[in-house]
Amino acid sequence: MTARIQVPAKVMRGEIVEVRVLIQHPMETGYRHDDVGHLIKRNVINVLSCRYNGVEVFRADLSSGIAANPYVQFYTVADQSGELEFTWIDDEGKQGSERQSIQVT
Amino acid sequence: MKRRDFLAGLAGGLALPGLAFAADDWLDPLAAAIAKGAPVRKGRVRVELPQLADNGNSVPIRITVESPMSEADHVKSIHLYSERNPVSNMANFYLGPRAGRAEINSRVRLAGSQRVTAVAALSDGTFWYDVAAIVVTLSACLDES
Repeated sequence: MTARIQVPAKVMRGEIVEVRVLIQHPMETGYRHDDVGHLIKRNVINVLSCRYNGVEVFRADLSSGIAANPYVQFYTVADQSGELEFTWIDDEGKQGSERQSIQVT
Repeated sequence: MKRRDFLAGLAGGLALPGLAFAADDWLDPLAAAIAKGAPVRKGRVRVELPQLADNGNSVPIRITVESPMSEADHVKSIHLYSERNPVSNMANFYLGPRAGRAEINSRVRLAGSQRVTAVAALSDGTFWYDVAAIVVTLSACLDES
């Protein structure tokens, strides 16, 4: 699972930064059928979380009501330089993660 | 009035008669359950959806909550509910004072024209909500795509 995450690389201390996450995932609803009429099993990303230097700053429970290739945009306060770690997990138990470093001046 | 607004309004007006989309105090009963009996008041939250979506598979949505996002007064969570989707609770977002700004942007799937409700749980224990109505021309697929 690949993801595109956008975080400004350099920010001022105390600035509110916009974080944009786009994960490549089908977000299969579980209501669709394949070519031979079998139901396709539900497979959506359940949990997406963001940790800023180890402290959780954002978490989302997603469902089949979120579009394929889920896009989530949120904000966080840049208080120190470090790393933003994103993790997510889908119904099949597949985990994905991505890291972005942020420099606070 | 811009031509685009006029046309969107016209399309909405034509598609609406069967559905009572009044700007009233309607609150999705499933969304109200999140407060576990506590009053859920209208205001502070704002849900922004396009008036009309040609395709329900990916509809941009913005939820903003008026909050200073301080340690003493912040938004704890935002819950999104759909009126007609098979899974009513579309998403839950958990924020905190570290968020700085209570705003979420995402894209949702909508199975038909409906009202979308967002409920925000604040750190002081109060609940607030907002509803946005949308006309979806082609519903997100429930069977064949």
